[in-house]
Amino acid sequence: MPIFFLLITLFTSPAISGESQIHLKEDLGKENIISQCSICHSADYITMHAKILDRSGWEKTVNKMINVMGAPINDTDKKIIIDYLVKNYGK
Amino acid sequence: MINRRSFILKLAGALAGLSLWQKPSIATTNEIQEAIVVDSLTSKEGLIKKTYRPPNFETPINYFNTVFTPNKHFFVRYHHALIPEIKTDDWRLSIGGDAINKPLSFTLKQLQTDFKSVEIAALCLCSGNRRSLFQPPVPGVQWGSGAMGNAVWRGIRLKDVLKATGIKQSALEVSFNGADSGMLRTTPDFIKSLPLEKVLNENTLIAFEMNGEPLPHWNGFPARLIIPGWAATYWIKHLTEINILSKPLDNFWMKTAYRIPKEGFQSGQFMSQETKINMPITELVVNSLITNLVDNQIFSSDKPIVINGVAWDKGDGIQQVEISTDGGNTWQLTTLQKDYGRFSWRQWQYDLIPTHSGEYRIIARATSMSGITQPLEPVTNPSGYHHNALQTISIKLI
Repeated sequence: MPIFFLLITLFTSPAISGESQIHLKEDLGKENIISQCSICHSADYITMHAKILDRSGWEKTVNKMINVMGAPINDTDKKIIIDYLVKNYGK
Repeated sequence: MINRRSFILKLAGALAGLSLWQKPSIATTNEIQEAIVVDSLTSKEGLIKKTYRPPNFETPINYFNTVFTPNKHFFVRYHHALIPEIKTDDWRLSIGGDAINKPLSFTLKQLQTDFKSVEIAALCLCSGNRRSLFQPPVPGVQWGSGAMGNAVWRGIRLKDVLKATGIKQSALEVSFNGADSGMLRTTPDFIKSLPLEKVLNENTLIAFEMNGEPLPHWNGFPARLIIPGWAATYWIKHLTEINILSKPLDNFWMKTAYRIPKEGFQSGQFMSQETKINMPITELVVNSLITNLVDNQIFSSDKPIVINGVAWDKGDGIQQVEISTDGGNTWQLTTLQKDYGRFSWRQWQYDLIPTHSGEYRIIARATSMSGITQPLEPVTNPSGYHHNALQTISIKLI
């Protein structure tokens, strides 16, 4: 969707806010987080929950984002995102 | 739905408000937790960043040493990232719903001139304040003790406005919506309801001013709800829409979020939203905070140490605050400071006269006018609300 590209361009511009100081770990799935989760929220929502959520916790959270908050994430991307979060920010 | 152009304009407005300045985080990619970031939003200063977008910033507790928390240091909490900068002339408050006699829309000027102006001192406290103290940890914004602030709010009584619209016999709840919204139209808008009885309470206000100034943008300009004694989840910012309802509001923010188990907490404040096992968070619980000491602080043992703090509850008022300087073995009364009303927090002070050098373990313990005292342990609950357990600060005297 074109609107998403526009938003992402705005949010990843380093002049916009301190948000650009948040460094997610390099791994498979990071790009999905940046292009999908970051539509609605900054990545510190993820780093803030490091070591708090286990696999079941991250699954529940990502499912909430999709089913309750309306995040447009398909099943393939959902799996990649959950695996990334569990591996890099899991309990 | 917002069309694309206004969507982008709103977004640009929201982003323009974010400050460019920050102290860089020292977190490396190997660190699990981000370092504490002191950052700022436009017109704010020295807040602790929890999340940038939606903006969630807490107040460092040293700013709680004044009875009213300065506006520029007052905490910021949002559920949604799309936060329009509101122009006063464009703003309207619409009042409708199925249980209203006469739907009306007001300009800011109408509200400010047609209704009696009143003010109240009240503590605004986020439901999740101190969530980070729960063990095991609970998901949600990992607030420390600074998701709160005490202020004098000036505005008008909500009941006066609803007298103008009229309320049908069938009215049960009243819902409130603010101008902020999610980035996607699929995200449920943050709309909260209150029981009619609370809405008609004389202390329930639509506020335009905070500590003698117009509400800061990040605290709800130009108008927000003030529900003294109740958790800040109901204190809707950038208020634009009120609906009088004959049925309980059924949305995520009422039925799923902001709920607590009935076991361990007092029920009965919001019957139309209660189930057999849980209920919405409503009234604040008795609590206190030491505001001028930090853990492991070192003092000289040859002079008195002044200990300051605050205490609050749901609005019964504070009867006493005790202090222990020996880890809870013995307790002394502190001196309560000026009373600014039962919904304001109450400052207290204690002068510790050192009797020995070494470690002193300081604990404050508040009791409300209704005789309820802070517990040793918080009541476990899935969302990490109402943390009011006793806290210990260790200081060293040399």
